[in-house]
Amino acid sequence: MISGEAMQKQEFKAPPANGISPAPETRRSEKAKTVPDPLVEVENLSLFYGTKQALRNISMNIPRKKATAFIGPSGCGKSTLLRCFNRLNDLVDSCRIEGNISINRKSIFDPDVDITDLRKSVGMVFQKSNPFPKSIYENVAYGARISGINKKSVLDDLVEKNLKRAALWDEVRDRLNDSAMGLSGGQQQRLCIARAIAVEPDVLLMDEPCSALDPIATAKIEDLITELKEKFTIVIVTHNMQQASRVSDYTAFMYIGDIVEFDATEKIFLNPAKKHTEDYVSGKFG
Amino acid sequence: MPRLWKPGDAYVWISGLALMVTLVMIGGLLFLIATKGLGSMWPVDIGHYTLKDGSTYLGQLQSRELVRGTSGVKSDSDFRVKLKIGNRDLYGLDFRWIDETDIASIDYPPEAVILERREWGNYHGYLKEIRKNGTVIPGTAPGAFGVLEDLIHDANKIYDEILKIEKGEIGDINYGIEKQRLKLRGLSMRSESNPAKESEIRLKIEEYEARYKISEAELGKLYTELTRNEVVMLSAAGDEKVMPLGKIVLAFRPNDMGFAQKAGFYVERFWGFISDDPREANTEGGIFPAIFGTVLMVLLMSIVVMPFGVIAALYLREYAKQGLMVRIVRICVNNLAGVPSIVFGVFGVGFFLYGIGGIIDSVFFKEALPNPTFGTGGILWASLTLALLTVPVVIVATEEGLASVPRNIREGSLALGATKFETTWKVVIPSALPAMLTGLILAIARATGEVAPLMITGVVKLAPDLPIDGHFPFLHLERKFMHLGFHIYDLGFQSPNAEAAKPMVFMTAFLLILIVIILNITAIIIRNRLRKKYATSAV
Repeated sequence: MISGEAMQKQEFKAPPANGISPAPETRRSEKAKTVPDPLVEVENLSLFYGTKQALRNISMNIPRKKATAFIGPSGCGKSTLLRCFNRLNDLVDSCRIEGNISINRKSIFDPDVDITDLRKSVGMVFQKSNPFPKSIYENVAYGARISGINKKSVLDDLVEKNLKRAALWDEVRDRLNDSAMGLSGGQQQRLCIARAIAVEPDVLLMDEPCSALDPIATAKIEDLITELKEKFTIVIVTHNMQQASRVSDYTAFMYIGDIVEFDATEKIFLNPAKKHTEDYVSGKFG
Repeated sequence: MPRLWKPGDAYVWISGLALMVTLVMIGGLLFLIATKGLGSMWPVDIGHYTLKDGSTYLGQLQSRELVRGTSGVKSDSDFRVKLKIGNRDLYGLDFRWIDETDIASIDYPPEAVILERREWGNYHGYLKEIRKNGTVIPGTAPGAFGVLEDLIHDANKIYDEILKIEKGEIGDINYGIEKQRLKLRGLSMRSESNPAKESEIRLKIEEYEARYKISEAELGKLYTELTRNEVVMLSAAGDEKVMPLGKIVLAFRPNDMGFAQKAGFYVERFWGFISDDPREANTEGGIFPAIFGTVLMVLLMSIVVMPFGVIAALYLREYAKQGLMVRIVRICVNNLAGVPSIVFGVFGVGFFLYGIGGIIDSVFFKEALPNPTFGTGGILWASLTLALLTVPVVIVATEEGLASVPRNIREGSLALGATKFETTWKVVIPSALPAMLTGLILAIARATGEVAPLMITGVVKLAPDLPIDGHFPFLHLERKFMHLGFHIYDLGFQSPNAEAAKPMVFMTAFLLILIVIILNITAIIIRNRLRKKYATSAV
């Protein structure tokens, strides 16, 4: 609901003269630029919070085992779009979705889709690190435990493997049974990443994972993303243009619920097709 | 010039003052209760008071107060003293006010003895002689008091044995006979004629009766032994009094005791107070059954109130659709906390005792009717009534705890593919556990101090048995019980000997507060542990 309100405000604030409202043909051309081997396909997706429209007829394909970044000013719908992929928006009462999203050519809105299975295959890391008030070990083992795995040896291996993947193992190996709350902010965020990848998702959604972290912790997470995209499809929302250019292979620039431009990251940052994109990435506006 | 009075200071001062007043009030109350209660057990020196009219008393100074001090002139003549003179069988009252002007002389003879008796309160006097197995030991003989102490010690052992037989063996026999009698009655009620079974039961009853005869004979022997030795005492005025040693609990000579001895005596007495059964219409002896009843009742209440309150709060906060209906329910729950407790008591009587208890009796305890088993006051009904009384507190506290669990933690769990139930069970409830325990702490604090609803749902002045004993099923939920709060009321306002009961009132109040504090501290320690374990603040 919070994000919904923020969205509404943004809509009122956005001055139509200043912003560029993309014409329908623009959108069609975006869709035309297909990426190779798409894992997630978004078709004509619109999302409404009550009567306010937060996403406007978005279509895009997200490539498999690459990092895709969503950039754009606050309230443009990046997080909302991200939260569509694991249907976390279902929790918002007034939220209504039109259009379709397919993952592995299977629509996630199909009635026969089990939402918990979907969320197991689409992991998420949140803006504010949110470890559970449990031990470090139990945090990583949480996903396995709810899947019914309780064998100690299996869990031990799983915890070690994923803490290593999240580059956290060396820092916490001696205090796995301590509360996760005792970790620093950057460690907590890496723990959340370990927790998310421990359920072996196909897609890993990251909602501004570094916005609350200092530059050193941020660098660690960025290195991690670069490593993780070998194995997972990563979608990352970020406000940090440098971060997007460093970690992502593809970048989508969003503005007021629309995708203005979506292309290879290099092209977006060095040679964008649209003036609006160029203004944003070069810092002239936003 | 430096500004002494910064803007906003006034509010700081006012709030500080309010806090101070509160603290002083709490501290003062605790101090009053503690001094009056704890002080009453100290073995005060016993004085031999000779009055100007020639009468003499052996008494312990209790208090001293101004009587005619209207002019503001303080002189000796303005004071009077309250003496505990004991010997209720001689004087009718244990206490006496004496004007200081009437006192001719006071001295403190070391040989003055105080006897704590099982009847008639304390005896103050001098040892004249001890009749031991027919031989007479004069009180002035060296070591006579030591002999007396030893004999009393032996007599107490016999007394304990008698109690053990009465409560243990004879209790078992009565319990067994009652059971067989009910079985027999049940047979005749179902109008089954089963002569084999009937005669079997009668045989068992005869067995029990034979066992009773043996115990009775044993008891008779012990009783004669108890009264065999006697002590002869002289009161201050020189009246002789012969007492069997079996009637005496304790003999001591406060004037002959040093400080360390007195302190040891005090500790012993204090322990006796919290571990013994009451004597003499509760005005003497200990209050163990009341402590036991209070704690057991609070535990039973906690066991009932926690699941109910927590589940109700979970539904209200996590599952119910937040709307007008939920808001109305919430207001009702909050208001429930303000309903006078006696109303809950009346409800408990109507619903639990007569309603549910009546049904239980008519279904399971038909043989015992018309004597009610569950259809009358008992510890179960009292606990349930208190659980009703305190459930709003638990609901409100739990709801607040649930509301304070951050949304992003729930989302984190859901995003990992957990269902709502798994999220609630594994993440939300552990995080809200400290708040739930806060609710329990408040509930315990309220329930322990509650008296009114208990008076009509199962508390009695003197319960013959504890609710827990050695007979199956060990925990007897239908039994009536004693309670510290009611004990205070009973001692202070229903006692035939109010003066004597006064220190007991303070002591009992002190212990009640102590128990509330102990129960609360236990819960607080648990809560703090959990809070450390489930701290929800990020970073």
